[in-house]
Amino acid sequence: MESVRRVAGRALPLGRADVDTDQIIPSHWLKRIERTGYAPGLFEAWRADPSFVMNDARYRGAAILLAGRNFGSGSSREHAAWALLESGFRAVIAPRFADIFRSNALKNGLVPVELPDETVTTLVAAVERDPTLEIAIDVERRTVTAPAAGVSATFPLDDHARQRLLEGLDDIALTLRHERDIAAYEARRPQWLPRVR
Amino acid sequence: MGSTLSQKVWERHVVRRAGGEPDLVYIDLHLVHEVTSPQAFEGLRLAKRGVRRPELVLATMDHNVPTNEEPAEPISARQIAEMARNAAEFGIVCYPMGDANQGIVHVISPQMGLTQPGMTIVCGDSHTATHGALGALAWGIGTSEIEHVLATQTLAQPTPGTMAVTVDGRLPKDCAAKDVILGIIARIGTTGGVGKVIEYRGSTIRALSMDGRMTVCNMSIEAGARAGMIAPDDTTFAFLEGRPFAPKGALWERALDEWRSLPTDAGAAFDREVKIDARELRPYVSWGTNPAQTVTIDERVPDPDALATDARDAARRALRYMALAPGTPVRDIAVDAVFIGSCTNSRLEDLRAASEVVRGRRVKDGIRALVVPGSMKVKLDAEREGLDRVFQEAGFEWRGAGCSMCLGMNPDVLRPGERCASTSNRNFEGRQGPGGRTHLVSPTVAAATAIAGHFALPADLR
Repeated sequence: MESVRRVAGRALPLGRADVDTDQIIPSHWLKRIERTGYAPGLFEAWRADPSFVMNDARYRGAAILLAGRNFGSGSSREHAAWALLESGFRAVIAPRFADIFRSNALKNGLVPVELPDETVTTLVAAVERDPTLEIAIDVERRTVTAPAAGVSATFPLDDHARQRLLEGLDDIALTLRHERDIAAYEARRPQWLPRVR
Repeated sequence: MGSTLSQKVWERHVVRRAGGEPDLVYIDLHLVHEVTSPQAFEGLRLAKRGVRRPELVLATMDHNVPTNEEPAEPISARQIAEMARNAAEFGIVCYPMGDANQGIVHVISPQMGLTQPGMTIVCGDSHTATHGALGALAWGIGTSEIEHVLATQTLAQPTPGTMAVTVDGRLPKDCAAKDVILGIIARIGTTGGVGKVIEYRGSTIRALSMDGRMTVCNMSIEAGARAGMIAPDDTTFAFLEGRPFAPKGALWERALDEWRSLPTDAGAAFDREVKIDARELRPYVSWGTNPAQTVTIDERVPDPDALATDARDAARRALRYMALAPGTPVRDIAVDAVFIGSCTNSRLEDLRAASEVVRGRRVKDGIRALVVPGSMKVKLDAEREGLDRVFQEAGFEWRGAGCSMCLGMNPDVLRPGERCASTSNRNFEGRQGPGGRTHLVSPTVAAATAIAGHFALPADLR
């Protein structure tokens, strides 16, 4: 994973609540065995509608997605995070994320930024008025600033997750540093626990 | 003070705890399927890593396998072949298409006795909470985490919060386990459980069979929960005893002692508690595009203007997608298809209940009706009882095991605009095929709807 210190750029005002991962990337895209090639599938069904906000040329090149409550609900498909990243998004701002999506996003360096409902509503309205409005997310300071919208806020991100984003750490390598702890735990697992083979 | 069921299981699996870091927890069983795992195995290969404990991993093929006699279409076939190749290369047991043990991952593991109380179980699938019905702590993970578990047999995750949903009282006669969970989600919403493990408690839950408990836990994610659990009891132990992977002899006795120590202590506190009176539950039908958008079968499609302010926009968009007018009685809504299956409702008890409704009756002309058993074993058991004939004589298609029309990854899909009464778990836009319209219901409502042609209870049928 590449390190992420700061995300700055224009935003796409999606604004809807309960956007599930089936909408972010429909299931037929999940038949692929590769980790790439998902950008064309992002919001595929909604993009078929010319009035869908992502089809508005003024928002082309947006680095931040502004979404509603419970973004990324439903299926655990990490393809949702891959499709967003491949489409140029580096952060999603929403009042609340579904747990698995949030975890998947962090594993891939897509920053999940949780802000209060009112702040997200303010940002959506501001970006709808002025698509060129810039938003800056500072991972180290856990802040979101958009002076033109009058927004300066902090967002929750635990120290561990922040460090991983800042340093772009490989989780598996980190865990394998504790191989002795794992082996010690394995030695005391109860005997009745099942083995598949 | 005391601890809750989920806290006990979590604590017993902590491999390493350090300040400022999430706990590293051990995973007792890792279930793998063809759709979310290929990139994880490829990651292992690229990093020259192996699978740490192949004997704690079980793979099967369920999401995009065909459930009729047709061969898999080429892209799915490639993914299915990749699963077989990865399992062989990394020494993992895999039940492929056609195998007697094959089936939906969340159906086969409890059925074989691999799922046991107090275990930690993960799978690259959001419906992994199903296993919580046996008192396991089980949750869905993404592909990066699959790779992490394959390489280390552990996961580093924030400790989940706790939530109790207590359902007490006698369930109305025409209500099923599905109506219990749909009723819960209707009350707590799609984010009611975010960050938490829901423990389902109370006399109504205790009275459910294991199949019913699995239906309830299965849809925990639809309330946003990390997992769902039910404390193990005599129902659980009776279900497990004698299954192929259940402990035997002296080990069974030792396991029982441990399992009996799992239920939440009397003095334990939950972060959030919700109480529900079972007598207030009714058979539910979803009208919208998320699983909290439901009404009872006796009601009408809601008017968005009458809903809470923050729910109106979503309701309007959902009704547009579903092509429904506010005020329409639910029983007046006609369907084009009926799907009985999925990890929510494809077990023997579900098929028995549905078959009783359709026995000696005929599916309404023009309706496509499918029964897709959750596993090859469920299929065989049902055939031994003659359920296949009951369904087929009524005009249902009787299929092989798989996820099928729940998520439209195999050829079983709705055509654009088609409306389906489905026993599955998600009514998202396009979930059962682009443009398809899904209404979530219980197996008996699905069966009665297939006969009536519109939403109906078994008691509505003449």
